[in-house]
Amino acid sequence: MTVPAELRAEIEAHMANYPDSRSAALPALAAAQRVHGWCSPEAIDQVACVMRVTPAYLESVASFYDMLENSPVGRHSMYVCTNISCSLCGADALLEAVQDATKDDPDEFNVRAFECLGACDIAPMVSVDGVYVGPLAVADVPRLLDDVRAGRPVLPEKQLARRRVADPEAGT
Amino acid sequence: MKLLFKDIDEPGLCTLEVYERRGGYDSLRKALGEMSPEEVLHELEASALRGRGGAGFQMGKKVSFLPKGSMDKYLVCNADESEPGTFKDRELMQKTPHMLIEGIVIASYAAGTTRSFIYIRGEYALPADVLDAALAEAREAGYIGEDILGSGHSLSLVVHRGAGAYICGEETGLLDSLEGKRGNPRLKPPFPANQGLYQGPTLINNVETLSTVPAIVRIGGAEYAKLGVETSTGTKLVSISGNVRRPGNYEIELGIPSREIIYGLAGGPPEGREIKCWFPGGSSAPVLTPEDLDVPYDFDSLGKAGSMLGSGAIIVVDDSTPIVDLAMKVAKFYRHESCGKCTPCREGTNWTVKMLERIDSGEATPMDLDIMASVQEHIIGNCLCVLGDAMAMPIGSMIAKFRPEFEAHIEAARGRNGLGASTPIASDAALAAQGALESELPPRGELAAHGAGDQAPGEHRGAAGTHRGGA
Repeated sequence: MTVPAELRAEIEAHMANYPDSRSAALPALAAAQRVHGWCSPEAIDQVACVMRVTPAYLESVASFYDMLENSPVGRHSMYVCTNISCSLCGADALLEAVQDATKDDPDEFNVRAFECLGACDIAPMVSVDGVYVGPLAVADVPRLLDDVRAGRPVLPEKQLARRRVADPEAGT
Repeated sequence: MKLLFKDIDEPGLCTLEVYERRGGYDSLRKALGEMSPEEVLHELEASALRGRGGAGFQMGKKVSFLPKGSMDKYLVCNADESEPGTFKDRELMQKTPHMLIEGIVIASYAAGTTRSFIYIRGEYALPADVLDAALAEAREAGYIGEDILGSGHSLSLVVHRGAGAYICGEETGLLDSLEGKRGNPRLKPPFPANQGLYQGPTLINNVETLSTVPAIVRIGGAEYAKLGVETSTGTKLVSISGNVRRPGNYEIELGIPSREIIYGLAGGPPEGREIKCWFPGGSSAPVLTPEDLDVPYDFDSLGKAGSMLGSGAIIVVDDSTPIVDLAMKVAKFYRHESCGKCTPCREGTNWTVKMLERIDSGEATPMDLDIMASVQEHIIGNCLCVLGDAMAMPIGSMIAKFRPEFEAHIEAARGRNGLGASTPIASDAALAAQGALESELPPRGELAAHGAGDQAPGEHRGAAGTHRGGA
């Protein structure tokens, strides 16, 4: 089994972080997924080889977690939160709009209805490759997708990172 | 009084330089330099700080449960924050990561732990990156590592990213996940304080709890305990969302009226709307109604009102949302997140969704509401962890408080889907009429033949019930 040198180094670095190297399973699978696009049999085998555990063990772990993909997916993850707060603010219509606008491009987009992403203050929201944006209207979807396709920062003015705390008495 | 949000939006607060300029790590110097671990523990106990993750257990007590001695002990910070409606820890980690790191070092000193981990949910990419950068700075400055500031106390800290599973916020599920396994909860006892991570004694605390520790050391436990109310001391971050005008995080003193948070701070529901119900502590908390708005927002008052403070996440639902839709969202979430280990939770969440679907399609009868309520009762307390309870409590409260709306929903859906006219709700007269009618129904064989086709037995039973009720 040949494992790409960089991936091997990353997995070994994770293993060194823990008293029991098996703890590195999640970060190692995430690293392999970044290389292979999903937790493919090859990705699993490579992690198993470096970690010295069985592929079956890793498959059982990978199948438990929502962010580890068990089949090939589009390049850019688009997690649309559809939990209570977001759906109270229109998430179901937003999800439909994102799904409609991306349905012809499955290689580019991995659109998922996701459970609460912990950003109910910007509901309804989407996590685009880990970047939180919101609140989004259906009308924002075309520009959002254009930004993703062009590799630009997505809807910069709507990124959570720029938002201030709601509490008006919070210190600045 | 702002303790956690004192400087929260100061530009660059996530860097060591700005944090130290604002008095950061002074508490760590004080604790490790001038106090013994017992003295730090005493301050934590005196503060009566209750855990901010959901269970509300006193932090000082939790620390004191760890056995003394030189075995490998661990501190785990629960940063999984997956309870729907909760987003306060995200704000803290993203904007003031050093406050959390400082709290972890002080708590580890009091508890005698030498290895620590922050288990952060995988979706929080930005806060995790911010934490990693802050951790590197803290190591460089000697706040993390061997013999911290010459105190003799050593601590390692690793930021561990999850990969998307609600159950990993449950402390024993979290431990299994951190050990590299599926995040299945464990049987308790043994409790993590005795046998946790890698079978060693483990202290598990929420981000907000640990972030409060530097403030307690700074002002003293007794002074901290003066904030809030007697059994719920201190300040608390409240995440408020849903149908409100100003959603977001607010730092409040525990014990203020809930109305003040929902209307005063968050601006209440949108114009022209009324509050139908609200979750006071995440989607796992039983819902309260507008009559409960004057309940003080603290652990015990909300408990007495029949709900809980939980993680401090208020979700407001206005009168434009049907209660069945709300119940369905809640139930589907817990069905998806059930790990499947315990039968009452695995089957109970699944059947609750199926029964709600019957209600939504008009195939249910009011009796199904009783069955659904009894399913919830049979989940509570019968599983290894409280995930099942976390569905059963809100669903049970919705059925109890909004039963007429559930019944009206069934009637309306039945009419819409052409399943027969409205059913009188079982009054004595209606039951008598129904009894008389049943004697006129065709024999069973004929009914079965009539209902033949591709229907599953369960669906057929539902359809027969419909005919009876509809007559």
